[in-house]
Amino acid sequence: MRRFFASSIVKAVLAASLIVAIAAGVSGCGPGKPVTPETGGGAGNKVKLNGAGSTFVFPMMSKWSALYDSVKPGAQVNYQSIGSGGGIRQVIAKTVDFGATDGPMTDEQLQEAKKPVLHIPVVMGAVVPAYYLPGNPAIRFSGPMLADIFLGKITKWNDPALAALNPGVKLPDRQIVVVHRADGSGTTYIWVDYLAKVSAEWKAKVGVATSVNWPVGLGGKGNEGVAGQIKRTPGSLGYVELVYALQNKITFGAVKNPAGQYIKGSAASVSAAGAGAANTIPADLRVSITNAPGKGAYPVSGFAWLLVYAGQENQKRGQALTDFLWWVIHDGQKAVKPLDYARLPEQVVKLAEGKIKEIRVSKANGR
Amino acid sequence: MAADSIVKRLKAPGALARGRLADRAFFIATFIFAGLVLLIVAAIFIELAVMSWPSLIKFGPRFITSSDWDPVAGKFGALPLIFGTVASSVIALLLAVPLGLGVAVFLSEVSPPWLKTPVGFLVELLAGIPSVIYGLWGIFVLAPLVMNHLAPWLNHYFGWLPLFRGTSYGVGLLTAGLILTLMVLPFITSVSREILATVPRDQREAALALGMTRWEVIRHAVLPYGRVGIIGAVILALGRALGETMAVTMVIGNTPRISASLFNPAYSMAAVIANEFTEASSRLYVSALIEVGLVLFGVTFLVNAAARLLIWRVGGGQKRARV
Repeated sequence: MRRFFASSIVKAVLAASLIVAIAAGVSGCGPGKPVTPETGGGAGNKVKLNGAGSTFVFPMMSKWSALYDSVKPGAQVNYQSIGSGGGIRQVIAKTVDFGATDGPMTDEQLQEAKKPVLHIPVVMGAVVPAYYLPGNPAIRFSGPMLADIFLGKITKWNDPALAALNPGVKLPDRQIVVVHRADGSGTTYIWVDYLAKVSAEWKAKVGVATSVNWPVGLGGKGNEGVAGQIKRTPGSLGYVELVYALQNKITFGAVKNPAGQYIKGSAASVSAAGAGAANTIPADLRVSITNAPGKGAYPVSGFAWLLVYAGQENQKRGQALTDFLWWVIHDGQKAVKPLDYARLPEQVVKLAEGKIKEIRVSKANGR
Repeated sequence: MAADSIVKRLKAPGALARGRLADRAFFIATFIFAGLVLLIVAAIFIELAVMSWPSLIKFGPRFITSSDWDPVAGKFGALPLIFGTVASSVIALLLAVPLGLGVAVFLSEVSPPWLKTPVGFLVELLAGIPSVIYGLWGIFVLAPLVMNHLAPWLNHYFGWLPLFRGTSYGVGLLTAGLILTLMVLPFITSVSREILATVPRDQREAALALGMTRWEVIRHAVLPYGRVGIIGAVILALGRALGETMAVTMVIGNTPRISASLFNPAYSMAAVIANEFTEASSRLYVSALIEVGLVLFGVTFLVNAAARLLIWRVGGGQKRARV
């Protein structure tokens, strides 16, 4: 009897823990709770704008939301950082007023949304090659070389190709330990998008996405996982967001741009990349600006966009949303620098203005 | 006295009917609770199956036999993930069972009384530490330790085994197994300790009377008596190890590849779901990740069933031996 009792308790606990484990495994990391918009700010005077998406722009969005509260007390901006993929899904499901992403929506996703979705660039970011070598030498990379390292073709720090780019730097006879992001991420997207542009082999073998099938290397979880692995492994090379590298004082290298200059990631060099690419930006502003031409442009840069429907169904909310977007690309840009993001270049602000003017409230014609 | 008052209460008018009603209500309430458990399990299974349907149809059985995990090409094979989950759990159990059982035997049989409470308390405290803390500790302390000391040592002395070939970069299957060892240890120790406490005194005294040493008493009288419960404790620990997500993903290296060396990075089913779900954009990708959840559900179910079978057989064997 006692034995029966003991083992059935064990079984019950086991069963319960399995359920919890599986439920947590599946729903816990799900796409996040759907954000239900408040109904048009009817009761209170405040219009609440709900947004969700990219974790990369989260610190920026929180800052903007706080600042905007004092600029325009009539509107309140809520932002949930659930990842770019989640943001896009919520825009398609129309559970938010705006989404945020650091990789543009694909044609498929735009079709899924049925009604036209606008991409409004709001800020710029970059991804930098971070490494750890004893003595912390300053190292210069070129795009094809980075691709070869991440393909597993260059395996040693003292490889002749690396040595040729870095005359005068003593490169050790060490294995290059490649570290990449394991979680799906816009950071990965910008990085592999760059590698695919500079290496045909990368494009054919690996491709471009927020998660890819890495030929070599260790996967770290999040920027902090990658940075932690790099800091602890002599000979390691990985990639992290520029903002993260600057704020955590991580050593990162310069990358050769199409103009032949070796440029380190910084707010200025990222904005320069945006300016350099401005002439070639397509009408819908969905553009990758990695490997952008132009003097002083850092080649592994990208935009972050807010996603909004061109046709707004509610007059009041549509108005509040356009006001907020307008503020973000003008006055809001002043708040960009202190957080180590790169601000939009003038040319891109003009393009974004044009997009915001396309927003219409569908019931009342015009706004 | 107590019996008297119960009899008196039962003899009160209407008591019998009231008692029956209460019995009935109690039965129905507990029946519903138990039924809910079944319902939840069934609901999870159905939801997983429905949501993973596109992937189930597209890949069929190849999903669990193929090693390609390529989100760009839309090819998904979960074999390396299944391998990583099972291998890390096996390492954890191989280390945690002797360790945990040893602690339990010490606490219940050998320990001086003043040491029992603090050690028991500390072991149970291990169970209360959030897994993200284990993960961070794994990244900052355990992984460098494995990379700089444990792995070179293992490689030097046991390098002839394929298990310990190559170089460790800290994170990998071995580190994940070690973290899991720590995490499941309290389950094995606490439950085994309770089981050993239920072994009757007579059992021990009889063995001592036969002239057995302390070791022989534990080996021949105490452990066999608690065998079923101890196996239950191990299975409980295994369930925990299979489903652990956060700590594992932080130290396993997240590389979907099967390799013989424990130093190499691997990937587990729970970890891939946690890592890739938020950014999974295509329908097929999402359903493939949910199918990983379904496979995890299946693996845990199989393990559970195997455990029941084991307990049933061991328990039956014991009964026969006693007759």
